[in-house]
Amino acid sequence: MKAQSRLFFYLLLTPFFLWLLLLVILPHIDMLGIALREQTAPRQYAFSFSNFSEFFKEPLYWRTFLRTAIMSIVATALTLLIAFPVSYYIAKMLRGRSKSLLFLLCLIPFWVSELVRTYGWMILLRETGVISNALQWLGLVSGPVELLYNDAAIMVGLVYTSMLFMVVPLVTVLESLSDDIIEASYDLGGNMWTTMKNIVIPHAMPGIVSGCIIVFMMTLGNYLTPNLLGGKDSLWFTEQIYTQFITRFNWELGSAFGILLLLLSSLIVWLGLKLTKQTLTSTMAS
Amino acid sequence: MKNFKLKKLLLSSLVGAALFSSALSAEELRLLTWGGYAPDDVIELFKKETGIDVKVTKSNNEDMISKLRATGGSGFDLVQPSQDRVTGAQENYDIYKPMDLSKIKAESFIASMLEATKTNTTLNGDVYSVPHIWGTSGLVVNTAAAKDVKDYTDLCSADLSGKVSYRLKRPTLIGFAFAMGEDPFAAYSDVEKYTELMSKVEAKLVECKPVVKTYWTGGDALLNLLRSGEVTASMAWDTGGWKLNKENKDITFVAPTSGALGWIDTFTLPRKTKNEEAAYKWINFVMQPEIAAQITASAGNFTASEGADAFADDVLKAQFQASFPKEALDNVKWYPPVPAGLEAIEGKVLDRVKAAK
Amino acid sequence: MTSTLIDLETRHVNKHYGDFTAVNNVSLKIEKGSFFSILGPSGCGKTTLLRMIAGFDEPDSGDILIQGDSMLGVPPNKRPANMVFQHLALFPMMSVAENVAYGLKQRKVQAAEITKRVNNALESVDLGDSGNKRISQLSGGQKQRIAIARCLVLEPKLLLLDEPLGALDLKLREHMKVELKQMQSRVGTTFIYITHDQSEALVMSNNIAVMNKGSFEQVGSPSDLYYHPETAFTAGFVGDANQWQASVSHIENGVCTAKVSDGLTLTGHINPNDALQTGDLVDVFVRPEAIKIIADHTSQNDQQSNQVDCIVIDLLFNGANSTALLKETISNKELHVALPQTGEYSGLQKGQTITIAWNPEQTHCFKVVS
Repeated sequence: MKAQSRLFFYLLLTPFFLWLLLLVILPHIDMLGIALREQTAPRQYAFSFSNFSEFFKEPLYWRTFLRTAIMSIVATALTLLIAFPVSYYIAKMLRGRSKSLLFLLCLIPFWVSELVRTYGWMILLRETGVISNALQWLGLVSGPVELLYNDAAIMVGLVYTSMLFMVVPLVTVLESLSDDIIEASYDLGGNMWTTMKNIVIPHAMPGIVSGCIIVFMMTLGNYLTPNLLGGKDSLWFTEQIYTQFITRFNWELGSAFGILLLLLSSLIVWLGLKLTKQTLTSTMAS
Repeated sequence: MKNFKLKKLLLSSLVGAALFSSALSAEELRLLTWGGYAPDDVIELFKKETGIDVKVTKSNNEDMISKLRATGGSGFDLVQPSQDRVTGAQENYDIYKPMDLSKIKAESFIASMLEATKTNTTLNGDVYSVPHIWGTSGLVVNTAAAKDVKDYTDLCSADLSGKVSYRLKRPTLIGFAFAMGEDPFAAYSDVEKYTELMSKVEAKLVECKPVVKTYWTGGDALLNLLRSGEVTASMAWDTGGWKLNKENKDITFVAPTSGALGWIDTFTLPRKTKNEEAAYKWINFVMQPEIAAQITASAGNFTASEGADAFADDVLKAQFQASFPKEALDNVKWYPPVPAGLEAIEGKVLDRVKAAK
Repeated sequence: MTSTLIDLETRHVNKHYGDFTAVNNVSLKIEKGSFFSILGPSGCGKTTLLRMIAGFDEPDSGDILIQGDSMLGVPPNKRPANMVFQHLALFPMMSVAENVAYGLKQRKVQAAEITKRVNNALESVDLGDSGNKRISQLSGGQKQRIAIARCLVLEPKLLLLDEPLGALDLKLREHMKVELKQMQSRVGTTFIYITHDQSEALVMSNNIAVMNKGSFEQVGSPSDLYYHPETAFTAGFVGDANQWQASVSHIENGVCTAKVSDGLTLTGHINPNDALQTGDLVDVFVRPEAIKIIADHTSQNDQQSNQVDCIVIDLLFNGANSTALLKETISNKELHVALPQTGEYSGLQKGQTITIAWNPEQTHCFKVVS
């Protein structure tokens, strides 16, 4: 009987392990293998660290890398800053129908694909776009203004795309905070800020961290938004990886970049967990 | 009554299943090509004549090579890379299969074009491609707003600040090199010389960067920018200019004084093609003059089919003649095969232009 | 001489939610240092009233004064009243000591002073060594004490308690009742305690307000409410009672005789507030312990002028609180009668027919308001 249930347990786990092995572990090992070789002649390859040294020698690559990391962190912070009050409002201020309605409003942008969403922003921000025309109509500007093709436009697009992934864990974690506890803080003399700082934010920390991890990973790995909304100076590391793989046929350098991006995101997530004194398990459970 | 309904349902699902399975068993040609090169009506006609289904996947040069490289040349039965991108890719990645020219009706091709393509796509004595569609890239200009734009380097004019768009891709590098009085094709074989040439182009593009509104990535996005007037001068394909010309007389394709860049898209067999016979049948089918004219109407570019001109659309012919007077046509710079490894040099130049402030 | 301080006064306080009246014209005064309970069934408005005193809700009209100062418009964090929540609402993200220190920190008390006062507060609830524990490490009773200590360390004028014993098991609840009462008399802070459990209110309070449908039915000492209920609601809600409905047939000297049905007539005290007339319907209440069992139903007793025959349905043994469940033979009404465990009634059997009797003095009649 016991042996049978154990067999059943392993059978249940098999698809997961297969998925992990075939689609996660093996491709990464393969990628590492490609990253550690160099083309010596047509169809000839040799083991080499040259792709990694290339990354550090060429300022363009590591600058793009740093820029992507910093912009992703800023985008994550902005998303958190905007999503937190929204989530608090949804979780704690609203009841019943208006609550689900607002939650739904956060969800609506995700009924269309990322491409369509990004094109939506392009329609709004471009020189002949809605906002530019509205500003002219109001007389606030004298001629057309270009709001597209700069880092601010990228930021807007990234934050917009990430909102829901921050709101969902935050609403969940804030809903689990009993109203009593917030009232108790006021009752004991706390004001809005001290209550937020001492009660709400410590309680919401697992949700904040898990939201930030998801948003950071998504932003770091985003390709479309920085590419379409960013201007002639926009540089994004995933774009660099794409370029290496697709237009330069340089799988070796592309793989090396991929490995580096993986290391970077792991490092930043690890640092984030350390700084907030959270563990990955507590965060994922929220 | 109910019983009858049930029977009907069963019957119809059986018929459906039969149709579905017959669709699966039917002969199929998997074609990896450019948008517009295999219009639905042509596919329909081909199926009627041969019983072969054509499954089209739209792509571009780099994507075609990447896809085939990833699969070792399988997944498709016929592909259409540009002629300059065949031998380099073959040398490096071994993704194509030599053509059996005896299966091709040589008489349906414009002879000079067929010969040129054969020469350009020969590696170690094997011919890999035959020509299909040709065209050029040059300038698409709103002549009312930017009438002085005659050559690639005119896109740097400060008067056009914020009204210019081009791609950060190799045609831009080549075009600027010609406009700067150099001959990049002649330097193809000499890595050192080519690198030096490219750094000159890099300096020029960096200098021109403030004038640029955005480096376009998708053809449709560029057409929208031109349509709305946000961009008045750009570097693009001839068809894009002619398409806009139908909507707005001021916008058209201009062959640059240093010469438009000519390309020829080919028919090439992937190394692991599963239906070579169908591929040859398709090539011979679409090279018939009437069919070729149909494809010209859909793609906007002319084909290498002998005699197809007679069936081509008059508007397009007029537009072509307006953009290409005799001397401009003679001045077209046809892309020679790209030697393996050039992409790496060009790639770094493009990266640095993009990163420049 | 009448210089007793009033810690809390409410004047004609009203609160409505839409069409629903939660609190209806409530006025009360609570003396300094007293243990005051508000007793009522759930939904009677007692929690709303308490939340208005704490400042979480504002009354629609009326005034709330703490030691003579109006609290209208004063937010909860500025009121000299602290609350022990129903589920205690301890802060799980802080240690025990941090919980107790929280209010002092908000007041910007010096760190050394905070440590001293927190230690004193923890000592006073016998949890002096638990300061570094997490909240989750405490037992139910310990959490209770921390919740109270967290408020008392602030030396509030009023301590509001919202059914804090509700979540405890029975044994601990009984224990905490006594402990709370003793704690209150030791610290001398005015406690306002709301509950739906009459035994909690009766055991602990100096005064109780019985609340029903948003209004106070009666305010008085526990024994007042028990022995001299002024409304039918109080009589039925405070303590156990047997109840009939009857029609008044005779009135004399504050005593009425009322007919329940043919052959069953009861005599009892009329509530002095009711202007009763012959023919009016009344609710008749008698407590289980006021009823005497006359084992032999033939013997007569003039003192116990209310007398009925019953069949014993069941004997409910519960130590000192044992009762007999009887069915009265005429109206078929079920009655509870206290069974003092003196051995006197040990012979009682199920199915036996017995006679019970009780004194009109301990029978209360209230006019039925239609």
